[in-house]
Amino acid sequence: MRDISLHILDIAQNSLAANASLVEISVEETSDYIEVTIKDNGKGMSEEELKKVTDPFYTTRKTRKVGLGLSLFKQNVELTNGSFSIESKPNVGTVVNAKFNRHSIDCLPLGDLLETFITLIILNPDTDFVFKHKSPVKDYQLDTRELKTVLNEIKINEIPVINWIREDYNG
Amino acid sequence: MKKTIADLEKIRMEVLKNIDLRNSKEEVRIVVGMGTCGISAGAREVLNALVEEINRRELKNIKVVPTGCVGMCRLEPMFDVYKDGEKVTYVEMTPEKARQVVVEHLVNNRIIEDYTIGKRAKE
Repeated sequence: MRDISLHILDIAQNSLAANASLVEISVEETSDYIEVTIKDNGKGMSEEELKKVTDPFYTTRKTRKVGLGLSLFKQNVELTNGSFSIESKPNVGTVVNAKFNRHSIDCLPLGDLLETFITLIILNPDTDFVFKHKSPVKDYQLDTRELKTVLNEIKINEIPVINWIREDYNG
Repeated sequence: MKKTIADLEKIRMEVLKNIDLRNSKEEVRIVVGMGTCGISAGAREVLNALVEEINRRELKNIKVVPTGCVGMCRLEPMFDVYKDGEKVTYVEMTPEKARQVVVEHLVNNRIIEDYTIGKRAKE
């Protein structure tokens, strides 16, 4: 994975596969670290599943025997001497938290966070997202539920709406 | 520029005007590999380019949907185009190639053989 934004897109797919109706993605940048939190209200995992979830040779899929998403993410965080945690409760949801140490030479760049947000919205117009991106020069928050109260019958993944989000983020 | 809710309201009215022109019958389905392998190979950019190009050319009744890893990770990014009862698998895509596929396959009805999995397998 080339950057953190791609990891986020990959990990968020787990939330969607867990039938989450709300996914909250928060990224906070300081000069010392990049902290990523992905929280969902999906079906969650049992303690037993949780123990195995970052094992690359564990997956709930039936077609193949490897599941690399979370294990690669954890590995990339730990390479920077950062911290990684995952908490989950059945029928409540899952929270993944990762803190990348920016002073490490192995710290991945953040990448294009906006494109990750947009891809998630394009593919999952019926799921609600809260996106937060905080840095010394940015304090951005988007709650798709707020947009949907204005849009009503119009889908949030219509291109004019996507362009609105692009401009709003870059504004 | 920071956007306002009033702008969003305007967008809603514009989209509403155009929505009647669309036929709800789905004619084409594009299935993009969005597993870990696909994403790390560049599927996000390919998918966003597909959606953008389809919209830019005002093509209707095309659905772009994700799928997981299909077991051919080395050929990612890849997507399947389901059109006229036929499935065509495009492999090793880039945003530029994906835009070409929209123009040639979806608009001009010409499959780009060079980008398909069949062509790749013969090499």
